Amino acid sequence: MNPDASTIAAGAPIEVDLSPIAEGQDIKVFWRGKPIYISHRTKKQIDEARAVNVASLPDPQTDEARVKSGHEQWLVVIGICTHLGCIPIAHEGNYDGFFCPCHGSQYDSSGRIRQGPAPLNLPVPPYQFVSDTKIQIG
Amino acid sequence: MSGPSDYQPSNPALQWIERRLPIFGLMHSSFVAYPTPRNLNYWWTFGAILSFMLGMQILTGVILAMHYTPNADLAFKSVELIVRDVNYGWLLRNMHAVGASMFFVAVYVHMFRGLYYGSYKEPREVLWILGVIIYLLMMATGFMGYVLPWGQMSFWGATVITNLFSAVPYVGESIVTLLWGGYSVGNPTLNRFFSLHYLLPFVIAGVVVLHVWALHVAGQNNPDGVEPKTEKDTVPFTPHATIKDMFGVTCFMLLYAWFIFYMPNYLGDADNYIPANPGVTPPHIVPEWYYLPFYAILRSIPNKLAGVIAMFGAIIILCFLPWLDSARTRSSKYRPLAKQFFWIFVVVCILLGYLGAQPPEGIYVVAGRVLTVCYFAYFLIVLPLLARIEKPRPVPNSISDAVLAKTGSRSTPMVSTAIVLALAGSLFVGSIDSAKASEGSDTPPGNKWSFSGPFGKYDRGALQRGLKVYKEVCASCHGLSYIAFRNLAEAGGPGYSVAQAAAFASDYKIKDGPNDAGDMFERPGRPADYFPSPFPNEQAARAANGGAAPPDLSLITKARSYKRGFPWFIFDFFTQYQEQGPDYVAAVLQGFEDKVPEGVTIPEGSYYNRYFPGHAIKMPKPLSDGQVTYDDGSPTTVAQYAKDVTTFLMWTAEPHMEARKSLGFQVFVFLIIFAGLMYFTKKKVWADSH
Repeated sequence: MNPDASTIAAGAPIEVDLSPIAEGQDIKVFWRGKPIYISHRTKKQIDEARAVNVASLPDPQTDEARVKSGHEQWLVVIGICTHLGCIPIAHEGNYDGFFCPCHGSQYDSSGRIRQGPAPLNLPVPPYQFVSDTKIQIG
Repeated sequence: MSGPSDYQPSNPALQWIERRLPIFGLMHSSFVAYPTPRNLNYWWTFGAILSFMLGMQILTGVILAMHYTPNADLAFKSVELIVRDVNYGWLLRNMHAVGASMFFVAVYVHMFRGLYYGSYKEPREVLWILGVIIYLLMMATGFMGYVLPWGQMSFWGATVITNLFSAVPYVGESIVTLLWGGYSVGNPTLNRFFSLHYLLPFVIAGVVVLHVWALHVAGQNNPDGVEPKTEKDTVPFTPHATIKDMFGVTCFMLLYAWFIFYMPNYLGDADNYIPANPGVTPPHIVPEWYYLPFYAILRSIPNKLAGVIAMFGAIIILCFLPWLDSARTRSSKYRPLAKQFFWIFVVVCILLGYLGAQPPEGIYVVAGRVLTVCYFAYFLIVLPLLARIEKPRPVPNSISDAVLAKTGSRSTPMVSTAIVLALAGSLFVGSIDSAKASEGSDTPPGNKWSFSGPFGKYDRGALQRGLKVYKEVCASCHGLSYIAFRNLAEAGGPGYSVAQAAAFASDYKIKDGPNDAGDMFERPGRPADYFPSPFPNEQAARAANGGAAPPDLSLITKARSYKRGFPWFIFDFFTQYQEQGPDYVAAVLQGFEDKVPEGVTIPEGSYYNRYFPGHAIKMPKPLSDGQVTYDDGSPTTVAQYAKDVTTFLMWTAEPHMEARKSLGFQVFVFLIIFAGLMYFTKKKVWADSH
């Protein structure tokens, strides 16, 4: 009952062009049926994400570990709430990040859980930069 | 099923079969000669009611499956086509959807009855555990069935519930992928749920056979909890129990028919009339009402894994009930303390159910935790403790003693007091809720609709005017894709002739093809064509309308609702109020105001609407006075337009409503007469047994 060959094939890596995304904006792409948020973070958002005391977080992780070095302005996360799988809304909530409308979990501008019932940070999908303005997810 | 039968058929052909397969003897000893305790009350008819419901679900389900398409792109539409085009499809679908709820109503009564009268105690442990297994199977079946219409609540319910398994340490993620057959809930998930939804009812039927077998070996329990000792304690199953069950089933069918014909959407969720969209989560994900107590337990525990364990534990604990409650007295009738705790437990379950439907914040979370503790304490502390400290009242020597004693004293008021208390308790909790119900937007004002109530009919004039408003105003942005031109000439609709509908259709240009040259071409519409959509696809609709796609209007009056809150949802059951959708649509059409109240900011490109959730709507004010001309002299005001077009949209959402209500009346007349006949027959049969 595991995914069949065509489902696996359809889940192959995809390339996303980042150049149209202006600073402070984000897009949602679908990969393997999951929404992936790609945010072009502002300086303020990056600073906020880095100013947090990591030890105080429910799921401690530094912002540096969640983005690719040299591309700090790009945050790529799977937009599925780690509580029960709803889709959080970008640019909402108290932490300049994501807000899940189902059970009120709030994520910060690094996609880390800050408040609410979700146990973990928004997962970062496997991806790498093909060029400065293009990433490959998967 | 209770030992060898001495039954001998008189017909030689039957004798021939009986000698080779003693099936008639089995039937005879199980359902005719079978001795049933003579003191059973009406709570014991729920076994028959459940068998009836299972049969009903399988019968309607098999026919529905002949018309249903289990594909993520087609499932939603195929369900709508069943309701609209299949002969009596609306009836089949309502019977099946409401039937699931009724099945759970009956099973809960059946379980609480077992709990109250100690039907799980020695020698009926296996019987009880088989019952718990049936209940678990029912929950799985009901859940997968709810996914099949592939609406928003189906999709997101499936996402939330399958994600429960991701809480399992280490292998959680692989289990979830296995359940989905992909990387998220999608077409493979729908396919396997359909397969399992078709399979599991037959598994249930199999376990039901075991359940009945175990019942007929151990014998039925009874309200006094003493085993039958002599012939005098029992009566033969047929005609006594059969006729009583028939009466019980008929009464239950009255409730069932009330929902089927008058309130088919009362137990459902309006969001499920919106096709599944993996990119948008509905604001409140709520499971079907019968899972709510367990959903409340799940959410009341802050740790994900612990919450999932508690939820499943709440059901599994029932399996251990025969050993947790070691009291020797079976029936709570003779256990003064156990009886009171039982009713408290019933109230706890109802309140948990109520909390499961509320957003998990503030007071609801605290209340949920307290009640979760109460739920488990009943099984783990109260029952074991009571077995040791309670002094039960003396039980009668035999069933016939109990029956004779009963003619003098009546000891039932306890039950009714407890039910009243339960209602009062829930009223109290409800009043907290209604105090905070007014969040976000104003409640739409109620309207007088011609189609409300048990004898409601569509106002033909309003339907025709509404169609004109739709065609001249709404159609420039909104589709009506489930309505074909032929529908305009159908009974219960706007009342056009077939020729008029054909003429109406020929005004439209319909894209067809490809022709022999391989090109698409346009031709005039035919009655079988559907209303063309103004945009070729959702993206185009979105791009042309500032990012917000105008929704298709075929189902809009059923897909929109607002929260009625407590205690209104209880009154609505009796008044058959179910016009939240039309009230909301009519209110939004009239709710545009130029002056934005203080404290509300409306983003660029949006408009202020009093009744729209969040107040900022992308649709500009669509209607203004005098915009559409009416031929019949009706006032050309916004209020009249709104009312007409809403009536029209109610018809597009529910084209067979008139047939539903008129058939409902006939069914009710029949059922009431039949129930009366059954009652008097039952009285006659039981005349010398009481």
